Amino acid sequence: MDQDRRDFLLNAGKLIVLTGAASLAWDSVLAGTPETAPNYRATDHWWGMIIDIDECIGCGNCVRACKAENHVPTDEPGCYRTWVERYQVPVDDLDRPRVDSPNGGYDGFPVIDQPGEGIKSFFVPKLCNHCVHSPCVQVCPVGATFDGPDGVVLIDKSRCVGCRYCVQACPYGCRFIDPRTKTADKCTLCYHRITKGLTTACCEACPTGARQLVDLKNPKDPVHEFLRTHKVHVLKPHMATGAKVYYNALDGAVR
Amino acid sequence: MPGVDGFIYPNEVELQWSILIVLYPFLTGLVAGAFILASLERVFNVAAVKPTYRLALLTALSFLLVAPLPLQMHLGHPERAFEMLLTPHRESAMAMFGFVYLWYLMAVLVLEIWFDYRKDLVLARRASTGWKRRFYGPLTLWSDDISERALALDDRIGRTITIIGVPSAFLLHGYVGFIFGSIKANPWWSTPLMPVVFLFSAIVSGIAAVMVLYMVFCRLRHVSMDMLCLDTIARYLFFAFLIDFSLEMLDLIHRLYEADESLRALDFMVRTKLLVSHIVVQIGLGTFVPIALLALTFAVRFRDRVRIGIYATAGLLTLIGIFAMRWNVVIGGQLFSKSFLGYTTYKLGFATREGLLPAILIMLLPFVFLAVLVRVLPPWTEGAKEATAKV
Repeated sequence: MDQDRRDFLLNAGKLIVLTGAASLAWDSVLAGTPETAPNYRATDHWWGMIIDIDECIGCGNCVRACKAENHVPTDEPGCYRTWVERYQVPVDDLDRPRVDSPNGGYDGFPVIDQPGEGIKSFFVPKLCNHCVHSPCVQVCPVGATFDGPDGVVLIDKSRCVGCRYCVQACPYGCRFIDPRTKTADKCTLCYHRITKGLTTACCEACPTGARQLVDLKNPKDPVHEFLRTHKVHVLKPHMATGAKVYYNALDGAVR
Repeated sequence: MPGVDGFIYPNEVELQWSILIVLYPFLTGLVAGAFILASLERVFNVAAVKPTYRLALLTALSFLLVAPLPLQMHLGHPERAFEMLLTPHRESAMAMFGFVYLWYLMAVLVLEIWFDYRKDLVLARRASTGWKRRFYGPLTLWSDDISERALALDDRIGRTITIIGVPSAFLLHGYVGFIFGSIKANPWWSTPLMPVVFLFSAIVSGIAAVMVLYMVFCRLRHVSMDMLCLDTIARYLFFAFLIDFSLEMLDLIHRLYEADESLRALDFMVRTKLLVSHIVVQIGLGTFVPIALLALTFAVRFRDRVRIGIYATAGLLTLIGIFAMRWNVVIGGQLFSKSFLGYTTYKLGFATREGLLPAILIMLLPFVFLAVLVRVLPPWTEGAKEATAKV
C-alpha cells in the first residue's frame, strides 16, 4: 500500500512537471515559434533520422500516421510528406530495379504472387532529408523555406509565393504543392511534436522501430552508438546536400 | 497510373512548370536577341541593319513588357510576388529576376528608346495641338531642346546606354539559363553550358523575329524591303545559328560520351516522349532546315522575291525551333523521374489557368503592344525624314 502511494505521488509529480513544461511551451508552439519556448532551446538540438531498411516491413503505418497527424491530403495525387518504396532487384541486373510505391504505400503493398527467383526485395521509407546544405533552401526566392537552428528545414507558408522552384531543386522528390494553400509542403519532422519532447508520428507508428528520430546533439542519444556500429548511408550522396536521414543496410540500387 | 511509365517518386505525378514557364525563356530570349540586333547598328556601326534598328528596340520592349506575365500567372500566390523585390533571398537565382528585369527595362531599354526618339517626340509635340500635345508633353518630359548640341548629347548617351545594354542583354538571358542550369537535382538542366546555349538561342530567335516582323511591316505598309538589310540580317542569323547549334551539339556529345547515370533515362526520353518536339521539330525543322535554307541563299544568287520567301520561311521555322527548344528544356526536364526509373506525361489543358488558351493570349499580347508602340513611336526611317521635312 505504501509502495503504491509512493508510485502514485511520483507519477502525479511527473505529470504536474510535464504538463507545466508543456503548457509553458504551448503558447510559443501555437505562435509558430516553438524555438522561443522557454523549455525548448533550438540550438540544443540537431535533428535527423535513422532508417533501418532490414526492419521495414512495408506496412504503411508511417505514411498513414503522417497524413493523419499533419493533415496531408489523402484524396489528391502527389501529396506525400513520407512514403515507402518497394524495391525488387534482380541479382543478375542490379542496375535495373523494379520499384513501386502504390499511393505512397498508404494502403500497404499488394502481394506479389510469384516472386521471381533471383530477386532481392526490400522496402525503403523516404521523407525529407533535412539537409544541412539544402538545395530547396538555397533556391527559394523569398526565403520562405529556411533551416532551423535545430537542423530542421521548415516552410513559412505565409511567405511562400508558390513558384515551385524548391520542388524542382529537391533531388529526392520530397516536396509538393499543397493544393489547398497553393504553397510548398513537405515533412517538418513533426516539428509541433518534437519541440514538445515527443517523437514524430511516423516513428511513433512504426511497429518494428525501423524509423528512429535522432538528436545528434544529444550525447545520450543512442544514435551515436548506432552510427558507430553500423554501416550507414544517405540517399544520393553525390548531391552533397548533407542529408541527415541515415539508412542502415541501404542497397546500391536505391535511387 | 495513367501517363506514368516505370517508377516515379509519388510526388512527381504533377508537372511543376507548365507551358507558361516555356513562354518565359522564349519571351526574354526574343527581347535579348532583338536588342543585340539593334546594338549591331549602334555599337558596331553596321549601317546595313539601320532600317530595323528602332523596330528591334520596340520589339524588345513589347516582349519585355509581357515577359513577367506568364511567371506571375503561374505563381501559387501572385499577390506575394512583390516580396521577391522587397525581401529577396540573396542566395536564390530566381530572386534576382526582378532586379535584372527592372534594370534591363528601366535602365537600358526605356532610356535608350527615349533618347533615340526624343527629337521625334519633340517634333511631334510641336506639330500637334490639343489633347495630342498634352499626350506628347510627358513623353518629352516637357523638354523642347533639340539643338544640335542637345541632339549630339542624346546620341552620345544613347550610345553609352547601348554599350551597357549589350552585356545587360547577355545578363538577362544568360541569367534565365542559369535558373535552369544551376539545378543540380535535374541532369537535363544542370550544365554550365545552359546560360550560353540560352543566350545564343536567344540571339537567334531575336534576330529571326525582327527579320520576320520587318518583312511583315513592309508588306503592311506597302513599301519595298531593303534587301541589303535583309541579306545582312540573314547572314547574322546564319552565323548565330551555327554557334548556337554547335553549343547544343557540344552539350549532346558531352552527355553521350560521358554517359553518366542519367543517360539511359534521358536517351530513352529523347527517343520516345520528346521524339517529335526535340528531334523532328527542334533539330530537324527548326535548325537543320533554316540553316540549310540560309546557306542556300549564300551559295546561289536568287532573285529578291525568292530570297524574301526563303528568309521568311527560315525565320518562321527558326522561331518554331527555338520555341521547341524552350519546350524541350522546360517540359522535357520534368518528364523523367529524378529516380531515373520512370517517366510521366505533360497534360496541357486548354481554358485552364495554365492552359493553351492563356499561353496563346500571352503570346499575342506583345504584338498588340508592338502595334500600339509603332503608332506612338513610328520606327520607320523614311517617316522620320518626312516629319523633319514638315518642320
